[in-house]
Amino acid sequence: MSALPWLVALPLLAGIATFVLPERSRAPVGLAFSLPVLALSLWVLARVAGGDTSPHVLGGWAAPLGILLIVDGAAAGMLVLTALVSTACACHAARYLRGKTANAHFWPLLWFMWAALNGIWLSGDLFNLYVGIELLGLAAVGLVALAGQAEALAAAMRYLLAALLGSLAYLIGVALIYASLGSLALPDLAIASFDGNGRVTIAVALTLMTIGLMLKTALFPLHAWLPPAHGGALSPVSALLSALVIKASFFILLRLWLALSPDAVPLALAWLLGVLGAGAVFWGGWMAWRQTRLKQLVAYSTVAQIGYLFLFFPLATTTVDAAARLAWDGMMLMLLSHALAKAGMFLAAGNLILAVGSAQIAHLAGVSRFRPLSLLSFGVAGVSLMGLPPSGGFAAKWLLLQSALASGQWIWIVVLVLGGLLAAAYIFKVFRHAFVEGPKRDHFESPPLALELSALTLALASLVLGLAAHHPLEWLRIASPFGGAG
Amino acid sequence: MSTSLFYAWVGVLLCGAGLFGFIVHDHLLRRLLAFNIMGSGSFLMLVGLAQDGRGVDPVPQALVLTGIVVAVASTALALVIFRRWHRVSGESMLPEDV
Repeated sequence: MSALPWLVALPLLAGIATFVLPERSRAPVGLAFSLPVLALSLWVLARVAGGDTSPHVLGGWAAPLGILLIVDGAAAGMLVLTALVSTACACHAARYLRGKTANAHFWPLLWFMWAALNGIWLSGDLFNLYVGIELLGLAAVGLVALAGQAEALAAAMRYLLAALLGSLAYLIGVALIYASLGSLALPDLAIASFDGNGRVTIAVALTLMTIGLMLKTALFPLHAWLPPAHGGALSPVSALLSALVIKASFFILLRLWLALSPDAVPLALAWLLGVLGAGAVFWGGWMAWRQTRLKQLVAYSTVAQIGYLFLFFPLATTTVDAAARLAWDGMMLMLLSHALAKAGMFLAAGNLILAVGSAQIAHLAGVSRFRPLSLLSFGVAGVSLMGLPPSGGFAAKWLLLQSALASGQWIWIVVLVLGGLLAAAYIFKVFRHAFVEGPKRDHFESPPLALELSALTLALASLVLGLAAHHPLEWLRIASPFGGAG
Repeated sequence: MSTSLFYAWVGVLLCGAGLFGFIVHDHLLRRLLAFNIMGSGSFLMLVGLAQDGRGVDPVPQALVLTGIVVAVASTALALVIFRRWHRVSGESMLPEDV
Protein backbone atom coordinates (compact mmCIF):
# COMPACT_ATOMS: atom_id res chain seq x y z
CA MET A 1 0.00 0.00 0.00
CA SER A 2 1.31 3.35 -0.99
CA ALA A 3 2.19 5.93 1.63
CA LEU A 4 1.39 8.88 -0.62
CA PRO A 5 -2.34 9.34 0.18
CA TRP A 6 -1.54 9.22 3.90
CA LEU A 7 0.77 12.20 3.59
CA VAL A 8 -2.34 14.25 2.77
CA ALA A 9 -4.90 12.30 4.77
CA LEU A 10 -2.97 12.27 8.06
CA PRO A 11 -2.50 16.07 8.19
CA LEU A 12 -6.18 16.54 7.30
CA LEU A 13 -7.10 14.15 10.13
CA ALA A 14 -4.85 16.13 12.47
CA GLY A 15 -6.51 19.36 11.34
CA ILE A 16 -9.97 18.01 12.11
CA ALA A 17 -8.85 16.42 15.39
CA THR A 18 -7.26 19.63 16.69
CA PHE A 19 -10.37 21.53 15.62
CA VAL A 20 -12.88 19.40 17.54
CA LEU A 21 -10.80 18.68 20.65
CA PRO A 22 -11.05 20.94 23.71
CA GLU A 23 -8.70 23.90 23.51
CA ARG A 24 -6.19 22.82 26.14
CA SER A 25 -5.40 19.50 24.41
CA ARG A 26 -4.95 21.00 20.94
CA ALA A 27 -1.27 21.87 21.30
CA PRO A 28 -0.12 18.43 22.55
CA VAL A 29 -2.21 16.59 19.95
CA GLY A 30 -1.09 18.95 17.17
CA LEU A 31 2.51 18.45 18.19
CA ALA A 32 2.15 14.68 18.50
CA PHE A 33 0.82 14.31 14.95
CA SER A 34 3.96 15.86 13.50
CA LEU A 35 6.06 12.82 14.43
CA PRO A 36 4.27 10.22 12.24
CA VAL A 37 4.06 12.70 9.34
CA LEU A 38 7.78 13.47 9.66
CA ALA A 39 8.56 9.75 9.73
CA LEU A 40 6.34 9.09 6.72
CA SER A 41 7.97 11.91 4.75
CA LEU A 42 11.44 10.56 5.49
CA TRP A 43 10.31 7.08 4.49
CA VAL A 44 9.02 8.36 1.15
CA LEU A 45 12.33 10.14 0.55
CA ALA A 46 14.18 6.91 1.31
CA ARG A 47 11.97 5.05 -1.15
CA VAL A 48 12.55 7.67 -3.85
CA ALA A 49 16.28 7.68 -3.18
CA GLY A 50 16.11 3.93 -3.70
CA GLY A 51 14.61 4.52 -7.14
CA ASP A 52 10.88 3.93 -6.48
CA THR A 53 8.98 6.77 -8.13
CA SER A 54 5.79 4.92 -9.04
CA PRO A 55 2.74 7.22 -9.08
CA HIS A 56 -0.42 6.50 -7.13
CA VAL A 57 -3.88 6.69 -8.68
CA LEU A 58 -6.29 7.60 -5.91
CA GLY A 59 -9.18 5.11 -5.56
CA GLY A 60 -8.21 3.43 -8.81
CA TRP A 61 -9.90 6.17 -10.87
CA ALA A 62 -7.81 6.91 -13.92
CA ALA A 63 -7.22 10.42 -15.30
CA PRO A 64 -8.92 12.69 -16.33
CA LEU A 65 -11.53 12.18 -13.60
CA GLY A 66 -9.27 10.57 -11.00
CA ILE A 67 -6.60 12.16 -8.87
CA LEU A 68 -3.04 11.29 -9.72
CA LEU A 69 -0.36 11.49 -7.04
CA ILE A 70 3.20 11.58 -8.36
CA VAL A 71 6.44 11.55 -6.44
CA ASP A 72 9.87 12.46 -7.75
CA GLY A 73 13.03 13.64 -6.08
CA ALA A 74 11.86 17.24 -5.85
CA ALA A 75 8.50 16.28 -4.36
CA ALA A 76 10.13 14.01 -1.79
CA GLY A 77 12.62 16.73 -0.89
CA MET A 78 9.82 19.24 -0.39
CA LEU A 79 7.89 16.73 1.75
CA VAL A 80 10.83 16.33 4.09
CA LEU A 81 11.56 20.07 4.12
CA THR A 82 7.91 20.79 5.00
CA ALA A 83 7.99 18.21 7.77
CA LEU A 84 11.24 19.56 9.26
CA VAL A 85 10.28 23.24 9.15
CA SER A 86 6.71 22.64 10.33
CA THR A 87 7.82 20.44 13.21
CA ALA A 88 10.36 23.02 14.36
CA CYS A 89 7.78 25.80 14.06
CA ALA A 90 5.22 23.66 15.90
CA CYS A 91 7.69 23.18 18.77
CA HIS A 92 8.26 26.94 18.80
CA ALA A 93 4.55 27.71 18.65
CA ALA A 94 3.62 25.29 21.42
CA ARG A 95 5.69 27.39 23.81
CA TYR A 96 5.26 30.79 22.15
CA LEU A 97 1.45 30.64 22.05
CA ARG A 98 0.95 29.14 25.53
CA GLY A 99 -1.86 31.03 27.23
CA LYS A 100 -2.63 33.19 24.20
CA THR A 101 -6.02 33.19 22.48
CA ALA A 102 -4.39 32.41 19.14
CA ASN A 103 -3.32 29.02 20.51
CA ALA A 104 -6.76 27.48 19.96
CA HIS A 105 -6.91 28.28 16.25
CA PHE A 106 -3.26 27.92 15.34
CA TRP A 107 -3.22 24.13 15.40
CA PRO A 108 -6.09 23.33 13.01
CA LEU A 109 -4.81 26.00 10.61
CA LEU A 110 -1.25 24.65 10.80
CA TRP A 111 -2.45 21.19 9.93
CA PHE A 112 -4.70 22.30 7.07
CA MET A 113 -1.72 24.23 5.74
CA TRP A 114 0.48 21.14 6.01
CA ALA A 115 -2.14 19.00 4.24
CA ALA A 116 -2.40 21.55 1.42
CA LEU A 117 1.39 21.73 1.06
CA ASN A 118 1.78 17.94 0.89
CA GLY A 119 -1.08 17.83 -1.60
CA ILE A 120 0.71 20.35 -3.80
CA TRP A 121 4.06 18.54 -3.69
CA LEU A 122 2.38 15.28 -4.74
CA SER A 123 -0.34 16.39 -7.16
CA GLY A 124 -0.04 15.21 -10.73
CA ASP A 125 -2.75 17.29 -12.33
CA LEU A 126 -3.35 20.99 -12.77
CA PHE A 127 -6.80 21.15 -11.19
CA ASN A 128 -5.75 19.31 -8.08
CA LEU A 129 -2.92 21.80 -7.78
CA TYR A 130 -5.54 24.57 -7.96
CA VAL A 131 -7.50 23.05 -5.08
CA GLY A 132 -4.27 22.67 -3.12
CA ILE A 133 -3.18 26.26 -3.63
CA GLU A 134 -6.64 27.54 -2.64
CA LEU A 135 -6.72 25.48 0.56
CA LEU A 136 -3.19 26.67 1.28
CA GLY A 137 -4.16 30.30 0.69
CA LEU A 138 -7.17 30.09 2.99
CA ALA A 139 -5.16 28.45 5.78
CA ALA A 140 -2.32 30.97 5.38
CA VAL A 141 -4.68 33.96 5.46
CA GLY A 142 -6.28 32.56 8.60
CA LEU A 143 -2.84 32.20 10.19
CA VAL A 144 -1.95 35.83 9.38
CA ALA A 145 -5.24 37.05 10.86
CA LEU A 146 -4.45 35.19 14.11
CA ALA A 147 -2.28 38.08 15.30
CA GLY A 148 -5.56 39.94 15.78
CA GLN A 149 -4.56 43.62 15.67
CA ALA A 150 -5.92 45.96 13.00
CA GLU A 151 -2.60 45.95 11.13
CA ALA A 152 -2.54 42.16 10.86
CA LEU A 153 -6.19 42.05 9.76
CA ALA A 154 -5.56 44.55 6.98
CA ALA A 155 -2.52 42.50 5.93
CA ALA A 156 -4.60 39.31 5.94
CA MET A 157 -7.28 40.98 3.84
CA ARG A 158 -4.77 42.27 1.31
CA TYR A 159 -3.11 38.85 1.21
CA LEU A 160 -6.49 37.19 0.62
CA LEU A 161 -7.37 39.54 -2.25
CA ALA A 162 -3.99 38.95 -3.90
CA ALA A 163 -4.30 35.19 -3.42
CA LEU A 164 -7.81 35.10 -4.88
CA LEU A 165 -6.82 37.14 -7.91
CA GLY A 166 -3.79 34.92 -8.45
CA SER A 167 -5.75 31.70 -8.29
CA LEU A 168 -8.41 33.01 -10.68
CA ALA A 169 -5.76 33.81 -13.27
CA TYR A 170 -4.46 30.29 -12.74
CA LEU A 171 -7.95 28.81 -13.09
CA ILE A 172 -8.56 30.57 -16.41
CA GLY A 173 -5.29 29.08 -17.64
CA VAL A 174 -6.53 25.66 -16.52
CA ALA A 175 -9.73 26.21 -18.54
CA LEU A 176 -7.74 27.06 -21.66
CA ILE A 177 -5.44 24.07 -21.30
CA TYR A 178 -8.34 21.68 -20.75
CA ALA A 179 -10.13 23.11 -23.78
CA SER A 180 -7.15 22.50 -26.03
CA LEU A 181 -5.88 19.19 -24.61
CA GLY A 182 -8.89 17.52 -23.00
CA SER A 183 -6.73 16.56 -20.02
CA LEU A 184 -5.10 18.25 -17.06
CA ALA A 185 -2.73 15.49 -16.00
CA LEU A 186 0.90 16.64 -16.05
CA PRO A 187 2.12 13.50 -17.87
CA ASP A 188 -0.41 14.20 -20.68
CA LEU A 189 0.78 17.79 -20.85
CA ALA A 190 4.34 16.58 -21.36
CA ILE A 191 3.58 14.47 -24.42
CA ALA A 192 1.20 16.93 -26.06
CA SER A 193 2.41 18.58 -29.22
CA PHE A 194 0.99 21.89 -30.35
CA ASP A 195 0.27 23.25 -33.79
CA GLY A 196 -0.71 26.79 -34.87
CA ASN A 197 -3.88 27.45 -32.84
CA GLY A 198 -2.89 25.21 -29.97
CA ARG A 199 0.42 27.02 -29.55
CA VAL A 200 -1.34 30.35 -29.12
CA THR A 201 -3.79 28.90 -26.59
CA ILE A 202 -1.01 27.31 -24.58
CA ALA A 203 1.05 30.51 -24.66
CA VAL A 204 -1.91 32.55 -23.37
CA ALA A 205 -2.68 29.92 -20.72
CA LEU A 206 0.95 29.73 -19.63
CA THR A 207 1.20 33.52 -19.40
CA LEU A 208 -1.99 33.83 -17.32
CA MET A 209 -0.98 31.01 -14.98
CA THR A 210 2.52 32.40 -14.63
CA ILE A 211 1.19 35.84 -13.68
CA GLY A 212 -1.22 34.30 -11.18
CA LEU A 213 1.53 32.23 -9.57
CA MET A 214 3.95 35.19 -9.61
CA LEU A 215 1.39 37.15 -7.61
CA LYS A 216 1.10 34.30 -5.10
CA THR A 217 4.88 33.87 -4.87
CA ALA A 218 5.22 37.65 -4.41
CA LEU A 219 7.70 38.09 -7.23
CA PHE A 220 8.69 41.74 -7.73
CA PRO A 221 6.74 43.89 -8.72
CA LEU A 222 3.75 41.92 -7.40
CA HIS A 223 5.20 41.63 -3.89
CA ALA A 224 3.38 44.47 -2.09
CA TRP A 225 1.16 42.15 -0.06
CA LEU A 226 4.05 40.12 1.38
CA PRO A 227 5.94 42.39 3.81
CA PRO A 228 2.88 43.43 5.87
CA ALA A 229 1.52 39.85 5.93
CA HIS A 230 4.81 38.13 6.82
CA GLY A 231 6.04 40.97 9.01
CA GLY A 232 2.77 41.39 10.90
CA ALA A 233 1.99 37.73 11.64
CA LEU A 234 2.96 35.87 14.82
CA SER A 235 6.59 34.71 14.66
CA PRO A 236 6.03 30.97 14.08
CA VAL A 237 3.46 31.89 11.43
CA SER A 238 5.88 34.27 9.68
CA ALA A 239 8.44 31.47 9.61
CA LEU A 240 6.00 29.01 8.05
CA LEU A 241 4.76 31.52 5.47
CA SER A 242 8.18 32.67 4.33
CA ALA A 243 9.75 29.23 4.38
CA LEU A 244 7.03 27.10 2.85
CA VAL A 245 3.85 28.79 1.67
CA ILE A 246 5.34 31.00 -1.05
CA LYS A 247 7.45 28.05 -2.21
CA ALA A 248 4.27 26.13 -3.04
CA SER A 249 3.17 28.49 -5.81
CA PHE A 250 6.77 28.57 -7.09
CA PHE A 251 6.77 24.79 -7.14
CA ILE A 252 3.56 24.73 -9.21
CA LEU A 253 5.15 27.17 -11.63
CA LEU A 254 8.13 24.84 -11.88
CA ARG A 255 5.94 21.79 -12.47
CA LEU A 256 4.01 23.62 -15.18
CA TRP A 257 7.06 24.92 -17.04
CA LEU A 258 8.92 21.64 -16.85
CA ALA A 259 5.89 19.60 -17.96
CA LEU A 260 5.54 21.56 -21.18
CA SER A 261 7.92 20.64 -23.94
CA PRO A 262 10.67 23.25 -24.38
CA ASP A 263 9.39 24.44 -27.76
CA ALA A 264 5.97 25.28 -26.24
CA VAL A 265 7.59 27.69 -23.78
CA PRO A 266 8.10 31.25 -25.03
CA LEU A 267 11.73 32.18 -24.52
CA ALA A 268 10.92 35.85 -23.90
CA LEU A 269 8.71 34.93 -20.94
CA ALA A 270 11.55 32.94 -19.36
CA TRP A 271 13.89 35.91 -19.70
CA LEU A 272 11.24 38.25 -18.32
CA LEU A 273 10.97 36.04 -15.21
CA GLY A 274 14.75 36.23 -14.81
CA VAL A 275 14.76 40.01 -15.14
CA LEU A 276 11.94 40.35 -12.61
CA GLY A 277 13.87 38.03 -10.31
CA ALA A 278 16.88 40.33 -10.60
CA GLY A 279 14.62 43.28 -9.85
CA ALA A 280 13.35 41.47 -6.76
CA VAL A 281 16.90 40.86 -5.52
CA PHE A 282 17.78 44.57 -5.78
CA TRP A 283 14.48 46.11 -4.70
CA GLY A 284 13.90 43.61 -1.88
CA GLY A 285 17.46 44.04 -0.59
CA TRP A 286 17.28 47.83 -0.75
CA MET A 287 13.90 47.96 0.98
CA ALA A 288 15.06 45.48 3.63
CA TRP A 289 17.99 47.76 4.42
CA ARG A 290 15.65 50.74 4.83
CA GLN A 291 13.27 49.08 7.32
CA THR A 292 13.19 50.22 10.92
CA ARG A 293 11.28 47.21 12.26
CA LEU A 294 13.04 43.87 12.60
CA LYS A 295 10.40 41.53 11.18
CA GLN A 296 9.67 43.85 8.27
CA LEU A 297 13.38 43.71 7.42
CA VAL A 298 13.29 39.92 7.41
CA ALA A 299 10.10 39.96 5.30
CA TYR A 300 11.68 42.19 2.65
CA SER A 301 14.67 39.88 2.67
CA THR A 302 12.24 37.14 1.58
CA VAL A 303 11.18 39.33 -1.37
CA ALA A 304 14.85 39.56 -2.34
CA GLN A 305 15.64 35.86 -1.91
CA ILE A 306 12.66 34.78 -4.04
CA GLY A 307 14.34 36.62 -6.90
CA TYR A 308 17.23 34.12 -7.03
CA LEU A 309 14.80 31.24 -7.59
CA PHE A 310 13.46 32.90 -10.74
CA LEU A 311 16.93 33.09 -12.31
CA PHE A 312 16.36 29.39 -12.97
CA PHE A 313 13.94 30.06 -15.83
CA PRO A 314 16.31 31.83 -18.24
CA LEU A 315 19.23 29.62 -17.18
CA ALA A 316 17.23 26.46 -17.87
CA THR A 317 16.39 27.52 -21.41
CA THR A 318 20.03 27.25 -22.39
CA THR A 319 21.04 24.60 -24.90
CA VAL A 320 24.02 23.60 -22.77
CA ASP A 321 22.78 20.58 -20.82
CA ALA A 322 25.36 20.88 -18.07
CA ALA A 323 24.37 24.51 -17.45
CA ALA A 324 20.67 23.67 -17.21
CA ARG A 325 21.48 20.94 -14.73
CA LEU A 326 23.60 23.29 -12.62
CA ALA A 327 20.73 25.79 -12.68
CA TRP A 328 18.32 23.11 -11.42
CA ASP A 329 20.72 22.08 -8.64
CA GLY A 330 21.37 25.67 -7.63
CA MET A 331 17.71 26.65 -7.65
CA MET A 332 16.57 23.63 -5.62
CA LEU A 333 19.37 24.11 -3.10
CA MET A 334 18.48 27.80 -2.85
CA LEU A 335 14.86 26.82 -2.22
CA LEU A 336 15.79 24.43 0.59
CA SER A 337 18.42 26.57 2.26
CA HIS A 338 16.30 29.72 2.10
CA ALA A 339 13.39 27.83 3.67
CA LEU A 340 15.55 26.62 6.56
CA ALA A 341 17.46 29.87 7.03
CA LYS A 342 14.44 32.13 6.76
CA ALA A 343 12.35 30.03 9.14
CA GLY A 344 15.25 30.12 11.61
CA MET A 345 15.69 33.86 11.13
CA PHE A 346 12.00 34.67 11.68
CA LEU A 347 11.93 32.55 14.84
CA ALA A 348 15.14 34.22 16.04
CA ALA A 349 13.70 37.65 15.23
CA GLY A 350 10.62 36.73 17.27
CA ASN A 351 12.87 35.74 20.18
CA LEU A 352 14.85 38.99 19.93
CA ILE A 353 11.61 40.97 19.95
CA LEU A 354 10.50 38.97 22.97
CA ALA A 355 13.79 39.74 24.74
CA VAL A 356 13.82 43.45 23.93
CA GLY A 357 10.09 44.03 24.19
CA SER A 358 10.06 46.11 21.02
CA ALA A 359 9.86 45.44 17.31
CA GLN A 360 12.21 48.33 16.43
CA ILE A 361 15.71 47.48 15.23
CA ALA A 362 17.13 50.52 17.03
CA HIS A 363 15.94 49.12 20.37
CA LEU A 364 18.19 46.08 20.01
CA ALA A 365 21.06 48.05 21.57
CA GLY A 366 22.83 45.95 24.17
CA VAL A 367 21.10 42.70 23.32
CA SER A 368 24.34 41.12 22.09
CA ARG A 369 25.77 41.08 25.60
CA PHE A 370 22.70 39.85 27.42
CA ARG A 371 20.96 37.53 24.94
CA PRO A 372 23.75 36.19 22.71
CA LEU A 373 21.93 32.94 21.89
CA SER A 374 19.03 34.68 20.13
CA LEU A 375 21.48 36.78 18.18
CA LEU A 376 23.56 33.72 17.29
CA SER A 377 20.59 32.02 15.59
CA PHE A 378 19.86 35.20 13.69
CA GLY A 379 23.48 35.41 12.56
CA VAL A 380 23.83 31.78 11.51
CA ALA A 381 20.69 32.12 9.39
CA GLY A 382 22.11 35.36 8.05
CA VAL A 383 25.27 33.58 6.88
CA SER A 384 23.16 31.45 4.57
CA LEU A 385 21.09 34.37 3.30
CA MET A 386 24.24 36.38 2.53
CA GLY A 387 25.65 33.36 0.73
CA LEU A 388 28.83 33.02 2.79
CA PRO A 389 30.58 29.64 2.91
CA PRO A 390 29.97 26.99 4.16
CA SER A 391 26.22 27.56 4.15
CA GLY A 392 23.55 26.13 1.85
CA GLY A 393 23.00 29.62 0.47
CA PHE A 394 26.66 29.77 -0.58
CA ALA A 395 26.57 26.41 -2.35
CA ALA A 396 23.35 27.37 -4.13
CA LYS A 397 24.75 30.67 -5.36
CA TRP A 398 27.96 28.96 -6.40
CA LEU A 399 25.99 26.49 -8.54
CA LEU A 400 23.89 29.28 -10.08
CA LEU A 401 27.09 31.21 -10.78
CA GLN A 402 28.64 28.24 -12.56
CA SER A 403 25.47 27.75 -14.53
CA ALA A 404 25.55 31.39 -15.63
CA LEU A 405 29.18 30.94 -16.72
CA ALA A 406 28.55 27.66 -18.55
CA SER A 407 25.55 29.02 -20.44
CA GLY A 408 27.22 32.32 -21.24
CA GLN A 409 24.48 34.35 -19.51
CA TRP A 410 27.01 36.56 -17.72
CA ILE A 411 24.45 39.13 -16.69
CA TRP A 412 23.12 37.00 -13.80
CA ILE A 413 26.55 36.96 -12.15
CA VAL A 414 26.14 40.65 -11.41
CA VAL A 415 22.80 39.91 -9.74
CA LEU A 416 24.27 37.13 -7.60
CA VAL A 417 27.22 39.20 -6.41
CA LEU A 418 25.42 42.49 -5.77
CA GLY A 419 22.50 40.64 -4.17
CA GLY A 420 24.89 39.06 -1.67
CA LEU A 421 26.37 42.47 -0.84
CA LEU A 422 22.92 43.94 -0.25
CA ALA A 423 22.03 41.02 2.00
CA ALA A 424 25.20 41.64 3.98
CA ALA A 425 24.25 45.31 4.32
CA TYR A 426 20.84 44.67 5.85
CA ILE A 427 21.94 41.80 8.08
CA PHE A 428 24.90 43.76 9.46
CA LYS A 429 22.53 46.65 10.07
CA VAL A 430 20.80 44.46 12.66
CA PHE A 431 24.15 43.51 14.18
CA ARG A 432 25.36 47.10 14.28
CA HIS A 433 22.37 48.01 16.44
CA ALA A 434 22.66 44.88 18.56
CA PHE A 435 26.29 45.62 19.47
CA VAL A 436 25.69 49.25 20.42
CA GLU A 437 26.38 49.73 24.11
CA GLY A 438 24.29 52.85 24.33
CA PRO A 439 21.94 53.65 27.20
CA LYS A 440 22.82 51.55 30.19
CA ARG A 441 20.12 48.97 29.80
CA ASP A 442 20.78 45.72 31.58
CA HIS A 443 17.37 44.13 31.81
CA PHE A 444 16.10 41.94 28.99
CA GLU A 445 13.36 39.35 29.03
CA SER A 446 14.63 35.81 28.68
CA PRO A 447 13.01 33.82 25.86
CA PRO A 448 12.26 30.22 26.95
CA LEU A 449 14.87 27.65 25.90
CA ALA A 450 12.43 25.82 23.59
CA LEU A 451 12.07 28.97 21.49
CA GLU A 452 15.83 29.50 21.29
CA LEU A 453 16.53 25.89 20.36
CA SER A 454 13.95 25.66 17.58
CA ALA A 455 15.37 28.81 15.97
CA LEU A 456 18.95 27.62 16.32
CA THR A 457 18.16 24.14 14.95
CA LEU A 458 16.68 25.56 11.75
CA ALA A 459 19.52 28.05 11.29
CA LEU A 460 22.14 25.33 11.81
CA ALA A 461 20.30 23.06 9.37
CA SER A 462 20.73 25.67 6.64
CA LEU A 463 24.45 25.72 7.42
CA VAL A 464 24.80 21.92 7.43
CA LEU A 465 22.99 21.75 4.10
CA GLY A 466 25.94 23.56 2.56
CA LEU A 467 28.43 21.10 4.00
CA ALA A 468 26.50 18.02 2.96
CA ALA A 469 24.81 19.12 -0.24
CA HIS A 470 25.99 16.23 -2.38
CA HIS A 471 23.40 13.59 -1.53
CA PRO A 472 20.38 15.89 -1.31
CA LEU A 473 21.22 17.25 -4.76
CA GLU A 474 21.44 13.73 -6.14
CA TRP A 475 18.03 12.86 -4.70
CA LEU A 476 16.43 16.06 -5.95
CA ARG A 477 17.47 15.23 -9.52
CA ILE A 478 15.65 11.89 -9.46
CA ALA A 479 12.97 11.72 -12.17
CA SER A 480 13.51 15.38 -13.01
CA PRO A 481 14.22 16.45 -16.61
CA PHE A 482 17.82 17.06 -15.54
CA GLY A 483 19.01 13.49 -15.34
CA GLY A 484 19.57 11.21 -12.40
CA ALA A 485 18.45 7.66 -11.88
CA GLY A 486 14.80 6.67 -11.59
CA MET B 1 -20.86 30.08 -33.10
CA SER B 2 -22.10 27.20 -30.97
CA THR B 3 -24.02 27.72 -27.73
CA SER B 4 -21.04 26.54 -25.72
CA LEU B 5 -18.72 29.03 -27.35
CA PHE B 6 -21.27 31.77 -26.66
CA TYR B 7 -21.16 30.85 -22.96
CA ALA B 8 -17.39 30.99 -23.05
CA TRP B 9 -17.45 34.49 -24.53
CA VAL B 10 -19.95 35.62 -21.91
CA GLY B 11 -17.50 34.21 -19.37
CA VAL B 12 -14.70 36.31 -20.87
CA LEU B 13 -16.92 39.41 -20.62
CA LEU B 14 -17.80 38.67 -17.01
CA CYS B 15 -14.12 38.16 -16.17
CA GLY B 16 -13.28 41.49 -17.76
CA ALA B 17 -16.08 43.28 -15.93
CA GLY B 18 -15.08 41.65 -12.65
CA LEU B 19 -11.42 42.56 -13.05
CA PHE B 20 -12.39 46.14 -13.86
CA GLY B 21 -14.55 46.33 -10.73
CA PHE B 22 -11.82 44.72 -8.64
CA ILE B 23 -9.34 47.39 -9.69
CA VAL B 24 -11.48 50.56 -9.61
CA HIS B 25 -13.40 49.95 -6.38
CA ASP B 26 -11.90 50.51 -2.94
CA HIS B 27 -14.82 49.32 -0.83
CA LEU B 28 -13.94 45.79 0.24
CA LEU B 29 -17.47 44.46 -0.20
CA ARG B 30 -17.56 45.70 -3.79
CA ARG B 31 -14.18 44.12 -4.42
CA LEU B 32 -15.47 40.85 -3.06
CA LEU B 33 -18.52 41.02 -5.35
CA ALA B 34 -16.27 41.80 -8.29
CA PHE B 35 -14.17 38.77 -7.42
CA ASN B 36 -17.26 36.58 -7.38
CA ILE B 37 -18.29 37.87 -10.81
CA MET B 38 -14.82 37.04 -12.11
CA GLY B 39 -15.13 33.58 -10.58
CA SER B 40 -18.45 32.93 -12.32
CA GLY B 41 -16.93 34.15 -15.57
CA SER B 42 -14.02 31.73 -15.31
CA PHE B 43 -16.39 28.84 -14.53
CA LEU B 44 -18.41 29.65 -17.65
CA MET B 45 -15.20 29.68 -19.67
CA LEU B 46 -14.12 26.36 -18.20
CA VAL B 47 -17.38 24.61 -19.14
CA GLY B 48 -18.08 26.51 -22.37
CA LEU B 49 -14.64 26.12 -23.95
CA ALA B 50 -14.35 22.44 -23.06
CA GLN B 51 -17.76 21.55 -24.51
CA ASP B 52 -17.38 23.57 -27.69
CA GLY B 53 -17.62 21.12 -30.57
CA ARG B 54 -17.07 18.11 -28.31
CA GLY B 55 -20.50 17.67 -26.74
CA VAL B 56 -21.31 17.32 -23.06
CA ASP B 57 -18.25 16.65 -20.92
CA PRO B 58 -18.67 15.73 -17.24
CA VAL B 59 -15.10 16.55 -16.21
CA PRO B 60 -15.28 20.38 -16.43
CA GLN B 61 -18.65 20.28 -14.69
CA ALA B 62 -17.13 18.33 -11.83
CA LEU B 63 -14.24 20.79 -11.75
CA VAL B 64 -16.61 23.76 -11.64
CA LEU B 65 -18.55 22.21 -8.75
CA THR B 66 -15.28 21.97 -6.83
CA GLY B 67 -14.43 25.51 -7.89
CA ILE B 68 -17.76 26.81 -6.57
CA VAL B 69 -17.12 25.20 -3.18
CA VAL B 70 -13.69 26.84 -3.08
CA ALA B 71 -15.14 30.23 -4.10
CA VAL B 72 -17.85 30.05 -1.42
CA ALA B 73 -15.27 29.15 1.22
CA SER B 74 -12.96 32.02 0.25
CA THR B 75 -15.87 34.48 0.14
CA ALA B 76 -16.92 33.39 3.63
CA LEU B 77 -13.38 33.84 4.97
CA ALA B 78 -13.10 37.24 3.30
CA LEU B 79 -16.40 38.34 4.87
CA VAL B 80 -15.30 37.24 8.34
CA ILE B 81 -12.00 39.11 8.07
CA PHE B 82 -13.75 42.14 6.60
CA ARG B 83 -16.25 42.25 9.51
CA ARG B 84 -13.48 41.99 12.09
CA TRP B 85 -11.43 44.64 10.31
CA HIS B 86 -14.49 46.92 10.16
CA ARG B 87 -15.13 46.44 13.87
CA VAL B 88 -11.51 47.07 14.86
CA SER B 89 -10.79 50.02 12.58
CA GLY B 90 -14.20 51.40 11.57
CA GLU B 91 -13.01 51.41 7.95
CA SER B 92 -14.52 49.64 4.96
CA MET B 93 -11.39 49.97 2.80
CA LEU B 94 -7.79 48.93 3.20
CA PRO B 95 -5.55 51.56 4.87
CA GLU B 96 -3.65 52.57 1.72
CA ASP B 97 -6.90 53.05 -0.24
CA VAL B 98 -8.52 55.45 2.24
